[in-house]
Amino acid sequence: METAMKSAHMHNWDENVVLSVEHLTMRFGGLVAVNDLSFNVGRGDITALIGPNGAGKTTVFNCVTGFYKPTEGRIVMRHGKGLQSEKIEALTRTGKQFDAEGDDRVFLLERMPDFEISKRARVARTFQNIRLFGGMTALENLLVAQHNPLMIASSMTIGGILGLPGFRKARSEAIDFAAYWLEKTGLIDRADDPAADLPYGAQRRLEIARAMCTRPQLLCLDEPAAGLNPRESTELNEILQYIRKDHGTSILLIEHDMGVVMEISDHVVVLDYGEKISDGNAEQVRNDPKVISAYLGVDEDEVAEVEEALDMPVTHAPPTPPANDEGGK
Amino acid sequence: MTSIAPTPSLLAESVKDAAVAAFLAAVLGFFFFALRTDIGPGGLDLTYRWGLWITATAIVFVVRLALNLLVFKTRNPVTRHMKITASESTLSGIGKVLGPVLLFIAAFLPFLVMWLFPNRDRQFIDLAILIMTYIMLGWGLNIVVGLAGLLDLGYVAFYAVGAYSFALMAQYFEIGFWMALPLAGLLAATWGVILGFPVLRLRGDYLAIVTLAFGEIIRVVLLNWYEFTGGPDGISGIPKPTFFGLELSRNGGFADFFGIEYDSIHRFIFLYYIILVLALITNFVTLRLRKLPIGRAWEALREDEIACRSLGINTTNTKLTAFAIGAMFGGFAGSFFATRQGFISPESFTFLESAIILAIVVLGGLGSQIGVVIASVVMIGGIEVLRNLGFLKEIFGPDFEPTQYRMLIFGLAMVLIMVWKPRGIISSRNPSAVYKERKKIGSDMVAQGEGH
Repeated sequence: METAMKSAHMHNWDENVVLSVEHLTMRFGGLVAVNDLSFNVGRGDITALIGPNGAGKTTVFNCVTGFYKPTEGRIVMRHGKGLQSEKIEALTRTGKQFDAEGDDRVFLLERMPDFEISKRARVARTFQNIRLFGGMTALENLLVAQHNPLMIASSMTIGGILGLPGFRKARSEAIDFAAYWLEKTGLIDRADDPAADLPYGAQRRLEIARAMCTRPQLLCLDEPAAGLNPRESTELNEILQYIRKDHGTSILLIEHDMGVVMEISDHVVVLDYGEKISDGNAEQVRNDPKVISAYLGVDEDEVAEVEEALDMPVTHAPPTPPANDEGGK
Repeated sequence: MTSIAPTPSLLAESVKDAAVAAFLAAVLGFFFFALRTDIGPGGLDLTYRWGLWITATAIVFVVRLALNLLVFKTRNPVTRHMKITASESTLSGIGKVLGPVLLFIAAFLPFLVMWLFPNRDRQFIDLAILIMTYIMLGWGLNIVVGLAGLLDLGYVAFYAVGAYSFALMAQYFEIGFWMALPLAGLLAATWGVILGFPVLRLRGDYLAIVTLAFGEIIRVVLLNWYEFTGGPDGISGIPKPTFFGLELSRNGGFADFFGIEYDSIHRFIFLYYIILVLALITNFVTLRLRKLPIGRAWEALREDEIACRSLGINTTNTKLTAFAIGAMFGGFAGSFFATRQGFISPESFTFLESAIILAIVVLGGLGSQIGVVIASVVMIGGIEVLRNLGFLKEIFGPDFEPTQYRMLIFGLAMVLIMVWKPRGIISSRNPSAVYKERKKIGSDMVAQGEGH
């Protein structure tokens, strides 16, 4: 099936992999939320993870970002180019979480605690139900995201209490960096307003800006377009394209809005009942009978009749209610 | 205020309602007001107090009627025009001036007191020391509860650790106050970390219960470890602090060195300035920490722990530092308490102390430094003022004992504050970093954290 999907030439996500999910299985008691799932995220690609409600998309996200410990499987994050297979196999045998310092490190995310994944492996995420620090200003939200470099700059707080000049410099740089992302997301005028005061679309953008302030190599977005109007959706697309082009950050996103998915994704992975049913570029996935049947809830035989229906945005799949991503609760 | 003439139906309804209330009061109050039993010869003597009973019923009727006509039933309640809740902007305006003014007063308070109340100066300076101790404890707890949002019902444990650390060090190693002070803070911080570990995974009510238990465990250990701590006997003879090696005693001490006449008030003034400096250090460090990444991480933790973890913040360490730093200031205050009293026993570290400190933080407004000051003055000073309500005897007759009503009045005052300002006296939040313009953040936006 999978080989049939691929065109003759190799895809970016097969050669230049930033994240690979290998045989991931997640069970909650008797429920198998994700079953033997494998897929790759290409460096610099925008990869979409789609599927009907309850397909296990958010579970995959929570496994990648360390909020769940997978039952089985391996999740590898690569900072260096290429597959680095030997290095990863060697690392897997050692039982360590990641290899020594360097520019081309590899990380075994399933072994790492959630905060280390953001801090070291440079994987940032947003949440399906927005999780901003509502009582803090937009600027403060972005400064919290720069916690780790600022902690080092404040020599673990001691230098900061004494007011050493090194920290002051780092602090103003952090504010500049935050201002840069506020500018990019069109929120600079609201920098000093509490996050809870911002309109919904702005909160979604602020959450992306906050994730970007951790300087990630992979940005995971859980339904970034949920609840946005068409104009805000277009702005979001522009922001995502900008992040990918100018910062070289790879993007993995869950999305229900097919308009967004088909327009910006380089690579689409389709899940249903915790299993991968399709994997390819937008065009391939769009024409995959399995996908059509999963989305429209019909037998594969009947798919031909309704094939054109998928050109329209899917309307029968409303954004899932906030649930399921309460990670460590 | 415009008063609209009540329509007949309104009046009738109000009277009916007031009559029902009066009837209920009459029935319920019959056995308490109308009948009185006294022990007499050969049994109980029954006396009737019809006057009292009727008066009570009448008061209920009149007050209820007035409330009905003016507030409950009318379309224009009188209370609408009363500005019960002072607006946040006026408060913040006062707040800006209040801080420096209070600091100025605090700096010269002992001399002010000696000048204004020459006869009662010792008593008032002692009260000021007490209030200042609670301000420091409130500021210390504010780090844990106000900033990090971790409800700690056992804060007095660290106060006890600090006090006992100094007392025991003085007893066994003869270490003076100034040497013991940092060590006591360090020990309390260590205990903060030890407490922190088991509670890290807990949230909400469970966190509160475990901290409460921890506070009690410390007290019970102090009470029962007789050979080491002296148990209920406590520890006495704790040394007084010295002024750069000079004792504040009658002969050969501070007074002789500076060639002034010895007065026992010197020691009180000295103690006052020690606690003032300690409290100001607490305040300074807290204000600094708030602007540092660690302080911002505490506040972020209060807002949303899961988001913190997604941003690479080690929430375990962040919580532990909050516990440790809060505990450290509690320990400083504790060793000051020990040196001030000269005697400590587990009696001083009951749950009531934790409750008072927490009440100060909550009444003042979570996370607000100036709020803690106001709440401490009101609560600790208020309790003391209520001890001296002699003038009430003139109103209610010589049988009236005002001290018995102290806690009642105090409780009522707390309820009133919580009704008017449910998020504390100063509830708005000051942002820790500013891009262009500093804006206050209203309390409705700010999360309260775990366990509230």
